[in-house]
Order: sequence, then C-alpha cells, then structure tokens
Amino acid sequence: MWTAFLFAAIIAGTPLLFATLGELITEKSGNLNLGVEGMMLMGAIMGFSVGIWTGNPIMAMIGALLAGAAGALIFAVLTVSLRANQVVTGLALTIFGTGFASFMGKNFVGKVTPPAIKSFFHAFEIPFLSDIPYLGPILFKHDVFVYFGYLVILIASLYLYKTRRGLNLRAVGENAAAADASGINVTLYKYVHIIIGGALCGLGGAYLSLVTIPVWQEGVTSGRGWIAVALVIFASWNPTKAMLGAFLFGGLDILGFRLQSQGIQVSQYLIDMLPYVATVVVLILSTRNNKKEDRPPQDLGVPYYREER
Amino acid sequence: MKKILAVLLILVLVLGTFTACGGAKEPAKAAEPLTVGFIYVGPIGDGGFTYAHDQGRIYLEDYFKGAVKTIYQESVPETMQDVTNAAKNMIDQGAKVIFTTSFGFMDATEALATQYPDVIFMHFSGFKMNETNFGNYFGAMEEARYLSGIVAGMKTKTNKIGYVAAFPYTELLIGINAFTLGAQSVNKDATVSVVWTNSWFDPAKEKDAATALLDQGCDVLAQHVDTTGPQIAAEERGVWAIGYNSDSSAAAPNAFMTAPVWNHGIYYVAQIQKVIDGTWKPESYYGTMADGYIGLLPLTAVAPEGAQAKVDEIQAKIVAGTFPIFTGPIFDQTGKEVVPAGKSLTREEIWKMDYLVKGVQGSLK
Repeated sequence: MWTAFLFAAIIAGTPLLFATLGELITEKSGNLNLGVEGMMLMGAIMGFSVGIWTGNPIMAMIGALLAGAAGALIFAVLTVSLRANQVVTGLALTIFGTGFASFMGKNFVGKVTPPAIKSFFHAFEIPFLSDIPYLGPILFKHDVFVYFGYLVILIASLYLYKTRRGLNLRAVGENAAAADASGINVTLYKYVHIIIGGALCGLGGAYLSLVTIPVWQEGVTSGRGWIAVALVIFASWNPTKAMLGAFLFGGLDILGFRLQSQGIQVSQYLIDMLPYVATVVVLILSTRNNKKEDRPPQDLGVPYYREER
Repeated sequence: MKKILAVLLILVLVLGTFTACGGAKEPAKAAEPLTVGFIYVGPIGDGGFTYAHDQGRIYLEDYFKGAVKTIYQESVPETMQDVTNAAKNMIDQGAKVIFTTSFGFMDATEALATQYPDVIFMHFSGFKMNETNFGNYFGAMEEARYLSGIVAGMKTKTNKIGYVAAFPYTELLIGINAFTLGAQSVNKDATVSVVWTNSWFDPAKEKDAATALLDQGCDVLAQHVDTTGPQIAAEERGVWAIGYNSDSSAAAPNAFMTAPVWNHGIYYVAQIQKVIDGTWKPESYYGTMADGYIGLLPLTAVAPEGAQAKVDEIQAKIVAGTFPIFTGPIFDQTGKEVVPAGKSLTREEIWKMDYLVKGVQGSLK
C-alpha cells in the first residue's frame, strides 16, 4: 500500500521535478520566468509531434528540449537584452505557449505515440539498486525518463555548488553588477541558464505527453507549471530540496485518490489545497528563520543595466 | 528604442496567441445559407466532451451540404460576459441559431434569448427555457451507462470495478447508479469504487486516480471524466476499461471495451430541419437510445464473451421502451430502500437522485 503510493508519487512528481529545476536554474541567474506552463506545453506538443514524425524517443526528447529552449530564448531576448518587465513577459509566454500547443496539436488530437516510443518508456528495474529494501521498489522500478530526472538533479547540484561556473551563476543572480565587475559575462550567463531552464521545463511537459498520457489531448499540463513556480520557493532555491519537494507535491496530488479508494473520507477540495498551504507555511518559516541560504537570489526580477551601475 | 521593441515583441507574442487560438471563423457574406453558431466550453482538442459536440457540428454541416453554415468558438469561460460576447460576435456574423453547450452557459443564454428575440438559442444540459426562442436539450445517458455496466460486470474477475468521476452531483450520481445496477444485473457480487477527481479535464490526474483504484484491486475501470487517462492506466496494467464520449481503442487497444457516447449530430440536424421548415418550437429535449441520441459503441474484441448478445438484448428492450433503468427494489448505500419494488422512476424523479446505490463504495463529499 505504502510502496504503491510512494511509487505513484514519484511518477506524479517527475514532470514537476523537471519544471521546478528549470525554473530554479532560471531564477539563479536573477530572472523570474513565469512562462513555465507555456514552455511545458511547448515541450509537450513538440516532444509528441517529433515522436509521431520520427518514431524515435530520443529525437522526441530533443524536440521537447529545443521547444522549451526556444520559448525561453524569446523570454531571454525580451528580458535580458531588451530589459522588458519579467513578470509581464513570463505571463505572455504562458499564454503564447498554451496557444502554440493548441494550434500545433490540432492535427494530433487522439493520435497515439508509436510503439517504439512506448516500449522505450516502459518501466524497468535497475539491477541491485531495486533490491534495496524499502527504497528500491519505490525509486528504481521506473521508466528511463524518471532515472534521467535523478541524474539531472545530481548534475545540477554539483554544477551549482561545486563548480566555478555555478558560483559565477549564483553571483550573477545575487548581484549582477558585482559579478560584472569581477569579469563575469552577465548577459551570456543569463542567456545560457534561462535557455537551459526552458529546456528542462520543455522536458517536464514532454513527460506528460510522452510517458504519462501517450495520446495527444490539449491542456495536458493543467497548471503544473504554476505549481513548479511555487515549488521553487518551497525548495528555497536548492535543487536537492526541489527534488524532495517535487515528489512531495506529486504525493499530495494523488493522496486524495488513495484515501478515497481506501474508503477514507476526506474532502478532495481540502487535499487539492495542500500544496499551496505547504508553500505558504514554508515561506513563513523561512522568513522567520531568515537563513542566508534560504533567501531568493537578491537580484531576482531586477533587470541589469550596466550603465546604471 | 529598445523599450519600444520590447513592447512590440510582447504584443506579437500575445496577438500571435489570439490568432493561433483562432476565435470564430470567417465573417459571413449576405446570408444565403442558415448560419448556426456553437459556443464550446473547452477546446475541440480535448478529444472528449467538446470534441463530441464538434463532431455533431460537422455532421450538421455535412448533412445540409451548403444550406447551413456553422461557426464556433472554443474555450469560452462560463461567465456572463464571455458568453454574451461570443454570442454577439456570432449574431454579428449572421447567426440565426446558437447552441450553447455547457451547463454554466445557462443564465447567459437566458439573458441573450430575451435580448435577441429573433435568434434561436438551445442550451445543453440546463433546465431553463422560454416560450419563444430558447430551448434546452440533454439525454438519458443512464441507458448507455447501464449497458456499459453489464459489460463491466461480466468482465471483472475480482468483482471490484473502479469508476473515475469528476464532481459529485446529480448527473454523475445517475450515471454511477445506472452503471452499478447494470453491473449487478449480471454479477451480484460486483462492487463499484468511485474516486472523485474534482476536475473535468486533467489527463495525468485522472490517470493517477485510476492507478489508485487499480492498486486497490479493481480490474475494470469506467469513467465520467473527459480524457483517456483511466484507460491508459488500465492498458499499462493489462486490465480493462470503459471509456466515455469517444472511441479510444487506438489509445488503449488491449483495454478499451466500449464507451457510452452522445450523438449530438442527430439532434442538431433534427432541430435545424425544423428551423428551416419554420416549425421549430422551444422544447426541453431528452434524447434517448431510441432516438439514437445516446449510444453505446460496439464492443471490441477484448470485451467478455456473450456480452454483446446481452447488451443487444437489453438495448432492444430499452429502445422498445419496456425497460426503465431505475426499477425497484433499489437500495442506497446505507441499505435503505429508495425505490420500492415494482416502481420505476420517471425522468423528474431520476433527476432528483441524491444517493448512491448499494454496492457503490465512495462518498458524496
């Protein structure tokens, strides 16, 4: 019972994991991109359509990655080079991405991904690791996309906290002017990480359209992009916490159904509220503790003008 | 300069979206053909509810070959202002008949009917109408649900059937009860476990809900939500499912057994024919299997042996009008007799249903 629940929580959390990590990396560069939902949908439809056209799962994932990156590139041009308001641009990107997915998806409604893709994303056990008591059956009996998620989190943590470039990136997000003064190419850092962030959001969307529901239906993300934005705050801009948060929120998402099917009567409305309550509680707690590492990047949302230094 | 460029690019983003979403189609020229408008609550791409209505619209246009022109607008929010705007836009394009296809459009449609006495309005799933230009339509989905229950009852080995449902209100209660009675008519031990998702459209969530039911030991799933999520969950587990609204055998070839469906086109054609003939009057239409408005898709090869024959037998009785779905004795979840033996519920009584029948596991909260 518990194993099945936690196993399902990982699956429900995986699209959130990619999107949250994407937004986290974007925000580390000091830019707040509220277009997560849009980029996820762009990734979902491109991943799906490339999958249909080529029948190749790797190509499909690359397609999703590029679509998310393309959405993020629009955002980067607008907010980094042209210094447009980040909130407005992000919202516009969400609307754009939603429209883009509906438009592109018109001819795909009801279509199913080819068998090669389905079998590629079939769950399989990782030898030895899946034999670990308790954790093994929960963590290591998934599809390749989920494992890729673990890997990406690991790489991101190492990159952010153990490499020079990661340090530079955090510097750009904390104080772009100081980073610039120390010789870091602020614009380049912002561009690269916004685009990587977008690509990860695209992958998050593609998990929904390629693995969870391999049939095209509009609105597959159903607001998960917004949960991801909340999750970044919940995780206090830390990739490891983001992973735990994503699986926790995934678990909260399905908790209601599990209780209902057990005959335990809890209002579904109450359960639907929990992720948001959790975010608010974490916000209050982290504000009260006021620990340095829990704070958002200081220059988050502030456009950088070199001339105004 | 850069700011102007920024503003321009944002505008392009936003406007690009509007054109991409495509609102209502091209403007009408001097109205020779009858223009009929459709206001949809969701995107046609949902592959379910709105898709079914749009199939009806296409059927209507094909049927009258040029004598009827249809226009539509998708994803209209259920607010007074949005519905009114969509309808006015259609009337400006020459629409003489407008179908509003969601419950939440009811009050707006009523107001519009008063405001535009020359335009005919028909509203799906509501209960309001007037004497001159405003009618409503719905159907006895319980008939098809009962039949799909027979299929599920014959198929299940664990005697546990899962049912993924959107919101606990009358229409869904009727469906669940009819389905359960159908299942119990062939399998006394069958129980139906209901899980509410609180959303009409969230494919991944509906799949999660279905997985929860499968983990509980259900081996047949049915649904009153709009996506293929539950059927895909069943497919992945190697068990079986009953869809809704459309044929999803492509999505779940080894799980999909059948689906209760709406044939809106039949109703649209009949109504528009009356409008053209000048004999149209507002009515509260309640389509049935006998009309062909409600149907059950032919069973697929994965359906249990003998189920098609059983379904055909009962369906013939339903069509002949000799098989009321809700006939006593019917007990609710607590074991209380809600319909005494020998009594059959009328349409009005069916729509007052506020209980789940015995054998359903799940609450109304």
